[in-house]
Amino acid sequence: MSMPFYVAPEQVMKDRADYARKGIARGRSLVAVQYADGIAIVAENPSTTLRKVSEIYDRIAFAGVGKYNEFDQLRIAGVRAADLKGFSYSREDVDARSLGNQYAQILGQVFTHEIKPMEVEILVAEVGLTSSDDQFFHILYDGTVMDEDRFTVLGGDADAISNRLEEAWAPELDLRAVLAVAVAALAGPDRSLDASDLEVAVLDRGADRRAFRRIERTELPGFLPKG
Amino acid sequence: MPFFNPSEDPGPDFAALAKLQGLVPVAPSAAVDERLQITHATTVVAIRYADGVVMAGDRRATSGNIISHRAIEKVFPADRHSGVAIAGAAGPAMEMVKLFQLQLEHYEKVEGSQLSLEGKANQLGQMVRNNLPAAMQGLAVVPIFAGFDRRRSTGRLFQYDITGGRYEESNFATSGSGGSLAGSVVKMRFHEGLSRDETVDLAITALFEAADEDSATGGPDMVRGIYPVIATITAEGFQRVLDAEIAQRFVGLLDALSARDGGGRLSETSTETAGGAQ
Repeated sequence: MSMPFYVAPEQVMKDRADYARKGIARGRSLVAVQYADGIAIVAENPSTTLRKVSEIYDRIAFAGVGKYNEFDQLRIAGVRAADLKGFSYSREDVDARSLGNQYAQILGQVFTHEIKPMEVEILVAEVGLTSSDDQFFHILYDGTVMDEDRFTVLGGDADAISNRLEEAWAPELDLRAVLAVAVAALAGPDRSLDASDLEVAVLDRGADRRAFRRIERTELPGFLPKG
Repeated sequence: MPFFNPSEDPGPDFAALAKLQGLVPVAPSAAVDERLQITHATTVVAIRYADGVVMAGDRRATSGNIISHRAIEKVFPADRHSGVAIAGAAGPAMEMVKLFQLQLEHYEKVEGSQLSLEGKANQLGQMVRNNLPAAMQGLAVVPIFAGFDRRRSTGRLFQYDITGGRYEESNFATSGSGGSLAGSVVKMRFHEGLSRDETVDLAITALFEAADEDSATGGPDMVRGIYPVIATITAEGFQRVLDAEIAQRFVGLLDALSARDGGGRLSETSTETAGGAQ
């Protein structure tokens, strides 16, 4: 009878984390930023059909980076959880914090118990009635939850993009201004991104009910700085 | 958070998901209306016109001969470009509307695109069909569905029967106890290319005449300021007609009717013998 080799738990976790991080770093990044009338989510995504950003509920959006099939599975589970909760209780009872915690449980569970961790990083964003009520829950591949404010960055190049946002972002920008800031931060000093590289959606603070709205690629050039 | 094996995945179907989670009630095993008074909602009408569809419903709910609600609403947006109006047992009907609205929204969110108008109409048909066991026990729900078909740029109407049979109507659709009365009024005055104002007036007249003959249909309640719910569905979406406008149109209708019959009031209301009123 053969005995499996002993591997220290620290090593197992480190290997898993490295595996997940490498998977995430292969994909492109995404930022979510507060602006005067809500939250804008900007993803670098050349596809017009495979979405990284989508609607979960009235005032809640989902965004994911990494392996598409994995975060899309999480997205659908989130829509289901939210719609079921709203159906059995009330629409007001659906909130981002609870969804964020459920996602964290699942990602944590998969990270420690399954053969391979999920190679994803996800965001659950909720637009509040005022900008101080906006919420960003940023959840990592191992179930770590971070409650962030002002803006959040998902993906492999997050630190550099965060630093650029830190310099350029200001409160109460209008949509055009904040998109210019977000796109410049995503692109960095050596590249430029145009409408065909981007997927953009907003959570509109003033909306009656469903606050999520895509800015379709055809209307996007009107919102971006020229050149 | 619900996860499924690919073989059991309910896909974009919220009703199937709710059922898997045990949230859909089972049909009663015995006739409910023999032992309990069930609240019923009545008389809804939808009329196609030049820009889309007008949907209207009176505000009365009855339990047997008792008026149980004076201000119930029976016309609802199903999504941005369609509406649903209900008649029948009020409780299951409200539940069906709630599930139907959610079904359309859930599909849109999961799939990333909207159902076609035809697809929505079929979905509602399936829900009515699924309600058949409950209908057999006295909890019948018979909705009408109408919407603006953006692919064909026209308003479309769908009527149902209790078995979930789905019938597309070309000009108007009605349901509920006063439905055939209201339908006759619409049938007499309908013509191609009605304007919005004409159609809203026609809906008001139809509901007024239905309420005049059917005790389960509520007329305009000018004392309390309760008027039918009327909505237009056009390329711009589902829009409620304001109460103030409906109130004004009712005054117009009553003026027209009393002028027609002379003497400042409607005929058949006089208790005096012929020639007695001078």
